[in-house]
This record gives sequence, structure tokens and C-alpha cells, in this order.
Amino acid sequence: MAADIKFTEEHEWLRVEDDLIVVGITEHAAEQLGDVVFIELPEEGTTVSKDDEVVVIESVKAASDILAPLDGEIVEVNDPLTEDPGKVGEDPMGDAWFFKMKIEDLSALDDFMSEAEYKDFIS
Amino acid sequence: MSDHATALMRTPLYEFHIAQGAKMVPFAGYEMPVQYPMGVMKEHLHTRAGAGLFDVSHMGQVMLSSPEGFEALALALECIVPVDVLGLAPGRQRYGIFTDETGGILDDLMISNTGDGLFLVVNAACKVEDIAHLNATLPDHVTVTEITDRALLALQGPMAEAALARLVPQVTELKFMDSVRITIDHVEWWISRSGYTGEDGFEISIPAALATDVAEKLVAMEEVEPIGLGARDSLRLEAGLCLYGHDIDTTTSPVEGNIAWAIQKVRRSGGAREGGFPGADRILSELHNGAERKRVGLLPQGRAPMREGTPLFATAESDDQIGEITSGGFGPSAQCPVAMGYLPTELATNGTEIFAELRGKRLPVTVAPMPFHATSYKR
Repeated sequence: MAADIKFTEEHEWLRVEDDLIVVGITEHAAEQLGDVVFIELPEEGTTVSKDDEVVVIESVKAASDILAPLDGEIVEVNDPLTEDPGKVGEDPMGDAWFFKMKIEDLSALDDFMSEAEYKDFIS
Repeated sequence: MSDHATALMRTPLYEFHIAQGAKMVPFAGYEMPVQYPMGVMKEHLHTRAGAGLFDVSHMGQVMLSSPEGFEALALALECIVPVDVLGLAPGRQRYGIFTDETGGILDDLMISNTGDGLFLVVNAACKVEDIAHLNATLPDHVTVTEITDRALLALQGPMAEAALARLVPQVTELKFMDSVRITIDHVEWWISRSGYTGEDGFEISIPAALATDVAEKLVAMEEVEPIGLGARDSLRLEAGLCLYGHDIDTTTSPVEGNIAWAIQKVRRSGGAREGGFPGADRILSELHNGAERKRVGLLPQGRAPMREGTPLFATAESDDQIGEITSGGFGPSAQCPVAMGYLPTELATNGTEIFAELRGKRLPVTVAPMPFHATSYKR
């Protein structure tokens, strides 16, 4: 998965899957957040602009916003996650994805960091 | 609170925190552990099930003494604290507040009768102002001494007694709010059976040079884990306890803050030492007639935690804000969001449904009794 996964400076990962991009937060971000107790996901079908607050994620101590990485449309959200928010701490890069979005041009992903670049970024 | 222009202070346990893998944050001018590798949720639950060790050395420890004896000393403190200090028996502690002329609260504190004086523990963020206030207002015969050579630890939870008794066997004899001095091998331990988590437990003042050794001995015990400020906050919130600067401050009176229980009968209207503290006119009147607003427990009906500053409304549509949340978050033991805040007194009854505005949405909240998790003090 290393090749087709990209990372944002906001500690999100973006993975291309069937012409959509799947968005979640990185292990590093999940570690920083601590135990997640609440997640609010956007509604499917919402049109979003880059940097819109699309997901609210709360740990015991604090609330954080997850921003839309690009302009596009939210086409699917990971509803079961709202029932089991602790999963973000267990499997942030896999089962605990937040939403899938459709974007105009997948080449926009090229602007984001590779896995190696992200590792440098957080170290 | 943190002032980046000023270097942060460190408690005697700084190296211990680092060795335990703590994440350090600025708090009230100190570098303090917000959490350890266990994380806030597990630290919270561990404290309720076993024993949690907290470093509270950033708090102010102050001794008051007077050559004129305890009665003169107690009456002097009663001029700035609306509680029954004179009636505090040797070896006993009670909760108190400093009030100001408008009836607001300058700080909350613990007061112990040590036999030879009064020992106060005040909030870290207020300690400089508190000591200045004591010096400015107490009569000349009272000596105010900030204790800077002792660390303050808290050991909290159902297994705290068993753990501490391995180092200080006498603690098994203490009851809730006893506060004593125990000498072991020429070292004086100042121990009170109290804390700020809703659990049975102890606050332990020891010479700074011994703090690391004692902390290491405690966390080496099976049932003891180090606990950071994050869990300290969720524990005290579930216990319904006020955090100064958030739930109470100079804009809230003790009656509004729902801590009127701290003002004993003897200081109220008709009592032998009625009034005689800053803001007495307002506070005595509110004790009799009630205040316009009151701090209450709040249970958000959904899963979304509601934090400090969240505005409250009487209905889902009304335009006028009626109050706000002053502390709130997720309660790991309650397993749901919990909060406290101020409401007009007519709405401050358990079971009343009001609304909070969260991210543009009105969500229902129920006024609820506190604590949110049953306390286990050993009375």
C-alpha cells in the first residue's frame, strides 16, 4: 500500500481506491490524540472545499477537527466508526477510515507527501 | 496560563515524570505531566480500580502561625475565609474559599489544623496572589510561610490505603479529612486523607529531597500507576468537584457556585460568628434568599462531549443564551459525556431538559445530580 498512499501536513492519509480517495488519520496523529471517545462524520453527498471542517474527533481531553484535504464530494462515510470510536486508536490506517471522497482530478494527490516524506515530516 | 517569556518551573518529581515516559505540558507556570504512556482513559479507570499517584507539588503549601495561639490565628483567617476555622479540631482538615468584596471567589483551598498552626493548600495558578492576599490582610501577629522545600503527592483510589500503609502503617487509622504529621526515621510526613478525584486517598507532603524515592517506591507497587493532569481533570469532573478559574472564579459567588455547604452555620446569619468576611452582605443574603443562577451537573443526551464555553439555551429555538458549560468532557467511568455549568435557578432542577449549541446544532442536555460517579471516601 506504500506506493498509492499519500499524507497531509494535517496528519491525514489519503489512499486511492476505485477512483475515490479514502481518508483517515495517521498512527502518529492517533497516538497524539489518545483515547478517542466520539466521532462525528459528515453526511454522504456533502460537497466540501479544501480545509472545510468535515470530521469532529474527540478524545477524553480535547476536540480536534479533521479538514477536507481537497475540494470534492463526500460519497461514503464509515458509519460503524461512530459506534466504536476507540477503533481509531487500534487501527487508524485500516478499519478506522473516516470517509471516501470523489475529487475532480486524482493527480491533485501528487502534491501530498509520500510515506517516506511524511516520516521525515513527523521526526 | 503559560507565559512563554518566563521559564517554566519544575517540581521535584520532574526527572521521575520523564523516566516514567510522561508527556509534559505547561500548566500554571510549571512543566507538568498531562499523561503517561498508559493514556488518559486507562489512567482514569486505573485510579478508580487501583491506586493512582499524582504529582501536585505545583500547588501552594502555606503555613500560618501566631504566637497568640490557635484561637487568635483561626479568627484572623476567618476574616478572609467564610468557613468555621475556629471549630476545626487539631488533626482535621476542611475545604474553604477566599472571597472578595463583591462576594466572588478568589481561590478555593484546603485548611488543616496542625496543632501548632494552620496548613493551607492552594491552587498553583493562584498561589502568588493568595500569599500576597494573606500577607496583606492577616494581622501582624500571623506569620505566613510558603513551604517551598516539600513536594506534594496525591495517592488516590480504593487501593491507596494498602499501598501507602507499606510505607506509613499509621495511615490505616486516618478517616476522610483527617490531616496529621507522622515522623518516620526522622522524616516528617504531612498526610491528609483527602484528594480531588472522588476516591478514597491521601495527599502527602514530604521533603522535596525524598519525593523521587517515595514516588518510585509507590509506582513499584503492583496496584500503583502514575497519573497525569488529563485524568486528574476527568476524575474531578466526574466527582462533581469545581476547578477554580473554570467552574468558580471572582464572577461567581459560593451560593451560585453551589458550594454553600462549605459555609458552616456558625458563619451564617444567626450564627455565633456570622459574617465578617469579604462579600458577606451578598453571600449571607444569597444563603437566605437564593442566587439568580446556580452551578449544576449536566448530562448531554447524545454521545458528543460538550466542553467549557458551550452556550446553553432553554429550548431548541430560543435566541437568548441562559448559561454556559464551565467544565465538560467524556467521563471514562460514567461512560458518557458529563459536564457542569451555570443555569438560572428556576431551571436548575434535576431532570430539566435544556439545550446546548454545539457546532451550530442544538442538542438536548439534562440537568443531573452530581457526582456522576459515586464517591468512596472513608468517613
